[in-house]
Amino acid sequence: MPDGSFSHPQERQFNPYTENGGTILAIAGADFSVVAGDTRQSEGYSIQTRYAPKVFRLTDRAVLAVNGFAADGNMFVKKVKQRLEWYRHAHAKDMPLRAIARLIQTMLYAQRFFPYYVYNILGGIEEDGTGAVYSFDPVGSYEREACRAAGAAQALVQPFLDNQIYFKNQQAPVGSSHPVHLPLQDVLSIVIDSFTSATERHIEVGDGLEIYVIVAKGRSPQGLESIRNVQELSTNPEGDRVFVIRRELKKD
Amino acid sequence: MASASVYRGAGFDFSNTVRNSFLEQRGVPLPKATSTGTTIVGCLFKDGIVLGADTRATEGPIVADKNCEKIHFISDNIRCCGAGTAADTEFTTALIASNMEMHALSTGRKPRVVTAMTMLKQMLYRYQGHIGAALVLGGVDATGPQLFTIHPHGSTDKLPYVTMGSGSLAAMAVFEAGWKPDMERQEALDLVTAAISAGIFNDLGSGSNVDACVITADRTEMLRNFVKPNERVEKERRYVFRRGTTAYKSEQIRSLVVEETVTRTGEAMDTS
Repeated sequence: MPDGSFSHPQERQFNPYTENGGTILAIAGADFSVVAGDTRQSEGYSIQTRYAPKVFRLTDRAVLAVNGFAADGNMFVKKVKQRLEWYRHAHAKDMPLRAIARLIQTMLYAQRFFPYYVYNILGGIEEDGTGAVYSFDPVGSYEREACRAAGAAQALVQPFLDNQIYFKNQQAPVGSSHPVHLPLQDVLSIVIDSFTSATERHIEVGDGLEIYVIVAKGRSPQGLESIRNVQELSTNPEGDRVFVIRRELKKD
Repeated sequence: MASASVYRGAGFDFSNTVRNSFLEQRGVPLPKATSTGTTIVGCLFKDGIVLGADTRATEGPIVADKNCEKIHFISDNIRCCGAGTAADTEFTTALIASNMEMHALSTGRKPRVVTAMTMLKQMLYRYQGHIGAALVLGGVDATGPQLFTIHPHGSTDKLPYVTMGSGSLAAMAVFEAGWKPDMERQEALDLVTAAISAGIFNDLGSGSNVDACVITADRTEMLRNFVKPNERVEKERRYVFRRGTTAYKSEQIRSLVVEETVTRTGEAMDTS
């Protein structure tokens, strides 16, 4: 106390978590999957860095996006990668996507009472060659979906995705029906528009955009090579292939 | 009582304060007001004052307005930049502008910047910080160029270069690096633009365009959207919905043409 006495009980608190903004999303196609995230990392009204990746390649068929508390996110990705390496050494193959999803659930729930403060979205190709997206809450509840947005602008992006991917509130023309999966070019356009729009109206979204595309083994990359700023990350062009597309976003 | 009184006193209405504080205790918070996160600056130069502002208004982390005006009119030779609660800065400056006009009319002189500053600080002090207006006031009057900052509690500063709002540190860093006495008009305008840009790009509460205002003894030049470094990029797709997209449960079509018969009574009006 100011008078030097400690007769009154005092409470002190340390908060180990912060929120670092940004947004991630993933969309599954028939034989591909797209996982994207912006690259701004912020705290309060300050930008910590304009380039801090939130999307990570785990294997040639799995990509993980993490959003929330950046320190926890980076640590979590590091530990998942480590577990995947151990699996490779034990089994001489990459872990299947659905097994990675279950591994992530177990790893998140192990921290049930001191959670990793992150939302995870896992995208990739299943063993049957279909595109898949798995989304997680911070303590490990998960679900396979066709699309998911998470992070600061989730409330802005998810309704847009529901409308454009699931065709919610859109009646199909008489005698026809909505497609179950969209082609890659359409998905990429929707992803880019989601982020440019979120950048316009959310202060924590912006600076850069990284879009990972995972294409199933033997499927054509549907003109992906012709897009500007594409880089292939896969180790084996005969298997499932991973590409990354980098774009600029507004910096204000 | 014969009838309920319909008289309302002038000024703010406090009749809901007891109810609202009760609701707040019960966990119903007040709705969030639009705040101008904001970078605003003012800078003295050889022949006058340059004021600057960004144009972003926010509601929490959401951008409420991408191109709002934060440089408010006080009088022909005085302008005021506002940061803080948007409604407070707008109404406070409008009220003082009105009172300044009355003052000018009754004294028959061109109003002075100190007068506006004194009126603003006295009002803000009276409301003990509840009016969330942080202002940069600048102008040129009979005593020369004047520049002030006014804080929400009513304290004021008189300085040759000032910044306010959430981007004030970014903008002040630019001023501290680049300001010098007796600058030319163009130098001052460039410095203000750089200071506002620092706020736009480095402070999440500020964004979009640069507004500037140059006030000299003989004229005031408002440079609305002086620089636009954040134009909206074109969308990849066009989002037009096919006619018939929205489902409906029933349809009813009514004629809006009203038919009526006019029956003439009395004499026609004298139109001669």
